[in-house]
Amino acid sequence: MALISEGKFIPDIWHHAAPEAAIADHTILPLERIAEATGAFGVLLPNDAEIAAIKPFLGTVSVIAINFPAFTDGRGFSLARLVRRAGFTGELRAFGNVLPDQYAAILACGFDTVEISPERAARQPEANWTAALGGRDHAYQRGYHTKVSILNRRRAAK
Amino acid sequence: MNIAVTPPVDKPGSNQRPAMYYYDHFDRDFVQERVAEFRNQVERRLSGALSEDEFRPHRLMNGLYLQLHAYMLRVAVPYGTVSSDQMRQLALIADKWDKGYGHFTTRQNIQFNWPQLKDVPDILQALADVEMHAIQTSGNCIRNVTADHFAGAAADELEDPRPTAELIRQWSTNHPEYTYLPRKFKLALTGSTADRAAVMLHDIGLRIVKNPEGDIGYTVIVGGGLGRTPMVGKLVKDFLPRADLLAYLAAILSVYNRYGRRDNKYKARIKILVHETGLEAFKAEVEAEYAAMDRSGTNADPAELARIAAYFASPVFETVDAGDLEVHKAAHPDFARFVDTNVAPHKANGYAIVTASIKPYGGVPGDVTSAQMRLLAAVADQYSCREMRISHEQNVIFPHVKQSDLFALWQMLKTDDLATANAGLITDIIACPGMDYCALATARSIPIAQEISKLFANEERQKLIGKLGIKISGCINACGHHHIAAIGILGLEKSGKESYQITLGGDPTFSASIGERLGPGLDAEEVPHVIDSLVNIYLQQRQGDELFIDTYRRVGQAPFKPALEREVEDGSDI
Ligand code: SF4
Repeated sequence: MALISEGKFIPDIWHHAAPEAAIADHTILPLERIAEATGAFGVLLPNDAEIAAIKPFLGTVSVIAINFPAFTDGRGFSLARLVRRAGFTGELRAFGNVLPDQYAAILACGFDTVEISPERAARQPEANWTAALGGRDHAYQRGYHTKVSILNRRRAAK
Repeated sequence: MNIAVTPPVDKPGSNQRPAMYYYDHFDRDFVQERVAEFRNQVERRLSGALSEDEFRPHRLMNGLYLQLHAYMLRVAVPYGTVSSDQMRQLALIADKWDKGYGHFTTRQNIQFNWPQLKDVPDILQALADVEMHAIQTSGNCIRNVTADHFAGAAADELEDPRPTAELIRQWSTNHPEYTYLPRKFKLALTGSTADRAAVMLHDIGLRIVKNPEGDIGYTVIVGGGLGRTPMVGKLVKDFLPRADLLAYLAAILSVYNRYGRRDNKYKARIKILVHETGLEAFKAEVEAEYAAMDRSGTNADPAELARIAAYFASPVFETVDAGDLEVHKAAHPDFARFVDTNVAPHKANGYAIVTASIKPYGGVPGDVTSAQMRLLAAVADQYSCREMRISHEQNVIFPHVKQSDLFALWQMLKTDDLATANAGLITDIIACPGMDYCALATARSIPIAQEISKLFANEERQKLIGKLGIKISGCINACGHHHIAAIGILGLEKSGKESYQITLGGDPTFSASIGERLGPGLDAEEVPHVIDSLVNIYLQQRQGDELFIDTYRRVGQAPFKPALEREVEDGSDI
């Protein structure tokens, strides 16, 4: 898997739990195996997870990865916002099928990093993500992590 | 062509410029960014770097569809408002990159049916030059917002809905959270006591209302829609304070984005979510999200809505009388008929709202040549404060016309077949593109519209029949809105042959209802005659000047059945 942060491919100290295998430190677990967590741990959420399901370990989990089963499935964007609203301050990852063209929206909704498969990373190399970080400056919404909120700018100009 | 430079506040209402929204540099930079981005994507597609699958979402977000014969580009006309300069630019696009015509749609947009992929970036640039774009006219995102086509002019209006519509347009553009929804999402607005925007039949319908304290706010309707499973929208909020609009919309979208079905695209619209969840449970979800969210961090400042509203300040209306209007009417019966049908009351004394008909007898509903576009622009320059509206009935509206100019305006429209006196009458037919253009079609719809239009061309008979809507769709996706027509026609395919189903009793207004199927399908040739029989039955049954829908609601479907039975019994003599 490839991890992208601030438009760059970076090394990943985390790994995903293998089926059946014992859990080590720095493992991202599926939600249903959260009881096995040991040491620093992360969790991989399906994009239809409810916030109530992560409340019990919100204070102790280090990484929350939200799965994107298809790039056209936008549930992960809303879930990310809700996870942040619930008070999570650790690393929030968009995991799976996302495109560089969605990078600005991913960051705007509160994600820090993107984790994609090696196949996708080969087709959409670092340069695409770096370029995507540079594009699309302007957004009309407030309350998202966008570079420039046009509404806030207009207010400031008054 | 450059209309983009005049700031809005120099002379509000001075009639120096059309009373509509103008881009500031943020809007301009935003659209320019998108043109550049799409140019790059097209280059990568043409070079093969992007596969068609990878290119598809990008082109859809920019309004470019792949149709039966070619690409189709759908250009957004926000809430149907278009200036004469913009209309001339659309004419230029039609001449330079298409086959010299365009097509007004039922969502107040315009489509070009024959652009070449390599030219599309240049077309988008030409649009950006006059502050237009094709963003989010397709895809599973919030689509172009529609509004009452008489906005800012109607005598029955509480408030012009377009400032709110523009605020929503901006907020919904490239939204980071709500651009990959389960399905497309359509909003419509009205600020009048009469509903000309079909607010009961959109994913969200908004009605501008005043509460007992005299404050302006919105009544919010959710879950209306046509398509395969037509449903009338449900009331979710009686009175939403104006300042909370964007937060409340966000709460609805959040619930839809998380819980809307994604397993079946035919069950993915919000109407199905509302239906399956149950209205009360759905409302509770929305209210819970609304209570939990940072509302003030989401809403626009009231100052932002006021900034937008300033652009729409009413033109300065002169004190005028109707001049020789009655004299001209008496001398020209065809002009008198035009005034009767195509002219509506204006909020200012001595003014009128005029509908130019894009439904000539036997023509293609909504098709307009570049020459006609230029004529429409010239008429708007001369008689209507340089501004027009596209109506969802696929006609063009001149919102601010002096009654004393009506005769001259009519003569001008007549020179290119734009003065057909049929607005709202039986030949003012809405038809989707159907088999002539659309890859999804199961039957033709345009030729059916043309035949019916010819059959009822007699204007005295049309006047006798009165207001009566016919709408035709070429497949169950219902883009022709047949469900909400007094008489709806749905083209299907049955054993390799086109088969047309008739529905009766649809109503697009606040008293919305979905038409009911009359009986088995008909062959194409039978359709006009069955419509004729239905109309005759209506004329026999109606009391006074009762509308078709009222007669139908009073007598029910039974008296109309014989229109079909006759065809089955002695179909040979049709
Ligand atoms: S109703 Fe069907 S045929 Fe007509 S435009 Fe829509 S998809 Fe195409």
